[in-house]
Amino acid sequence: MTKASRLITVAALSLGLALLGFGAAARADEQAERLAHWQDIATLLFGDHPLQKGDGVIALDAPVRADDAALVPMTISIAPGNSIKGLYLVIDENPAPVATHFVFGPAADPSEIKLRVRVNAYTNVHAVAEMQDGRLLETVRFVKASGGCSAPMSMSEEDAKKGMGEMRLKLAGDATPGKPADAMLMVRHPNFNGMQMNQVSRLYTPARYIQTVTVTDGAAKVFDLEADISLAANPVIGFRFIPQPGGTLKVAVTDSDKGHWEKSFPLPVPSN
Amino acid sequence: MTAAVPNPATQPRRYTLSRRHALIGGACLCCLPAGARATDGEIVEVAPGVFMRRGVDEDATAANLDAIANIGFIVGRDSVLVTESGGSLADGQWLRQAIKAATDKPIRYVVLTHVHPDHFFGAGAFTPDDPVFIGHAKLKAALELRGDFYRQRLVDILGAERTGPVVLPTRVIEDTGEIDLGDRVVTLKAHGPAHTLCDLSMIDRASGLLLPSDLLFVKRVPSIDGSLLGWLKELSALKAMGAAKAVPGHGPLVVDLAAAAGDLERYLTALRDGVRAEIAANGSIENAVKTVGQAERGHWLLFEDYHARNVIAAYKELEWE
Repeated sequence: MTKASRLITVAALSLGLALLGFGAAARADEQAERLAHWQDIATLLFGDHPLQKGDGVIALDAPVRADDAALVPMTISIAPGNSIKGLYLVIDENPAPVATHFVFGPAADPSEIKLRVRVNAYTNVHAVAEMQDGRLLETVRFVKASGGCSAPMSMSEEDAKKGMGEMRLKLAGDATPGKPADAMLMVRHPNFNGMQMNQVSRLYTPARYIQTVTVTDGAAKVFDLEADISLAANPVIGFRFIPQPGGTLKVAVTDSDKGHWEKSFPLPVPSN
Repeated sequence: MTAAVPNPATQPRRYTLSRRHALIGGACLCCLPAGARATDGEIVEVAPGVFMRRGVDEDATAANLDAIANIGFIVGRDSVLVTESGGSLADGQWLRQAIKAATDKPIRYVVLTHVHPDHFFGAGAFTPDDPVFIGHAKLKAALELRGDFYRQRLVDILGAERTGPVVLPTRVIEDTGEIDLGDRVVTLKAHGPAHTLCDLSMIDRASGLLLPSDLLFVKRVPSIDGSLLGWLKELSALKAMGAAKAVPGHGPLVVDLAAAAGDLERYLTALRDGVRAEIAANGSIENAVKTVGQAERGHWLLFEDYHARNVIAAYKELEWE
């Protein structure tokens, strides 16, 4: 199965469970149900490859109770000295659970990723690191939030699309070649998830969301990101990278409606 | 409808428009004694011909019937204008009953001040009167986006029967408008993005009272659902409208406008400056939620329930400056 079709299957499975009243029936043995649900997702994503507890290597910081279900900040940290290949963020109870999948390149410092996501129901959120040695290390947080995917927009579809594709990059300080730097990428995009209904026309605003984000520094890849409907509107992605000599960060974004945007950000080098 | 409707704000106490309360109307605003403040859930004549009910400082529950906003009516020579309809059909029915007890004049106008459920779900109670439903030019689109979502959530709390329908405006205000109730003119003003994207305020010319609805929160922590910067701008505009006293959307029924607007301005300014500083320092939205505006904590009811969300709203708005 290709990755794309696996993700779709995960989404379909989750929707199916919701339609069958999975959520309501789960009260009797909620913990077990949640675990079983996660195992279904994990099997679809990783096959029979076993997951191990990632204590001490991977950590997920997420609020116990979200202040705004349509914008829940999360931070994934990897302890120093661990070389990782990729990173998944899975929001188990969301209609499409796989929120993001990062694949890191040589210019990445995958020690910290910051994201803002939508959370549709009380859920386990899993972060899974794919280690260079092939191990899969997982960690989990339970987040109380609801309605983050179906919350109606405050503005019209037209207004929400204004400036779509505009990008900004913020660096914390200079970019000294070889020394890890913190960056924050901002992309204007409504990230319509297809679950926001116009109450009069009874039509859902069609889904239109960011699917890929590629960041390179000169010739070196920082990361490839596959995203889904769970990223909050106007996505902001915090990451760490290793500036290359004479580098320029280049960002390429595509969305589900064949939108494509690129922007280059020359890196400020130390003046002395 | 014949039987008295339970007073939503103080169930199970029943509503009566007593002589005592009616008599308060004999005093003008400027000499209204401090002891004559409204108590929860009673209609008080806050200025001659202006009757208001204090909402409770809570979120919607089955017990309070979402009667959480300050609602009321203005009586002119010929007709009645409902300043706010209430937070549910039941709340609106209670208000309609109170109006019928106070006057025989027809209810010709019902103002829908903005898109929030605690202010518009009472409107359904007034359809038998066939009034003009007045709203901001952007209210209809906002209700179309959110009305049913709000309805479903309120139905979950109150049940469908007590929640009522979403009523759309039949007359829209683009900029300003006037309503004549017979020797009594009420002017309306449509505001730019502030508390929401469709805030309407009123001035009752006879009493000079400003009715800014949720552009003015008093005691209850405000919620930002439009624009933080826009709200600060509209607050300045409100203060320049020449009214000394105002009936806020939440809080005591009549307040000194300059002082109350000053408190709200202080909160919004703390939010704006704190969030800007966090953004400038390459901070994070999480850190902003933990640190910004914490000195305001002791000044507002329901701070825990709304402040963090306000910080997030401010951050989303200001990070693209």
